[in-house]
Amino acid sequence: MTRRRSVDVADGDELPPLQVRLTRAGLIRYAGASGDFNPIHWNERIAREVGLPDVIAHGMLTMALATRLVTTWAGDPAAVVECGVRFTRPVVVPDDDKGVLVELSGKVTRRRDEGTVLVSITARCNGQNVLGKATATVALA
Amino acid sequence: MPLDPSFVGRCYPPVGSYQVGREKIREFAEAIGDGNAIYRDTAAARAAGHPDVVAPPTFAVIISMQAQELLVEDPELGLDYSRVVLGEHSFTHHRPIHAGDELVAALYVDSIRTMGGNDMLTVRCEITDATGDPVTTARSMLVVRGEQGDR
Repeated sequence: MTRRRSVDVADGDELPPLQVRLTRAGLIRYAGASGDFNPIHWNERIAREVGLPDVIAHGMLTMALATRLVTTWAGDPAAVVECGVRFTRPVVVPDDDKGVLVELSGKVTRRRDEGTVLVSITARCNGQNVLGKATATVALA
Repeated sequence: MPLDPSFVGRCYPPVGSYQVGREKIREFAEAIGDGNAIYRDTAAARAAGHPDVVAPPTFAVIISMQAQELLVEDPELGLDYSRVVLGEHSFTHHRPIHAGDELVAALYVDSIRTMGGNDMLTVRCEITDATGDPVTTARSMLVVRGEQGDR
């Protein structure tokens, strides 16, 4: 995987969109990989007890997907030197085989000096944005 | 009860180190559904100029969450973790993390604010390598939902 070149990128370029289906099994896999075993991400009873509608995805998993959109486009994941998000709505994951679809898209919003660009990311679930101010700074070749 | 603002400026120094392993990177990449060869194949990572397989940009959460546990479990602060939701998160990578890294993490409390019955706790985790060079800065804003927020 080679890093995308600065000369091949312009302001307003759109990144190839990404659609990911999150299921309960996927949340458990992420819990194990990340070490975040908060029960609101796998136990419906506890999720409801703390006032949530159902089990919700780890915010950091949604952020990982938003970043994956950018690393895939950039070629080399090490090109992402900065990334940040605000969690605006929980991603509710039902207890069925289909799970929930998270749709990610991104756009180059600003070129910076020395070959770095700012990418703005949108993450949507059931027609609503689940992240706010989601951005990544990418150092291009 | 609101969080004690005198915690601002407090530092929880590193407890032990974290050894970044190839299989853990692969496991994390699988969990986020990312098939990039740079996370799995040492030859592909070397071809891209890295010493070993590279960690995905949000992999550092494993290390920053471990560092954050010291604060979350500090009886003096008295945080009710079942009321905590993540409000914001960011990573600044001073260099990529790769397999073979031995990292330590120090946690700093940057701010505590109370708004509308909720506490906002901003923490910063500084991750450095065995030589003390900066690797990653992770920032989190945690929202501690007030009891009046209950339905």
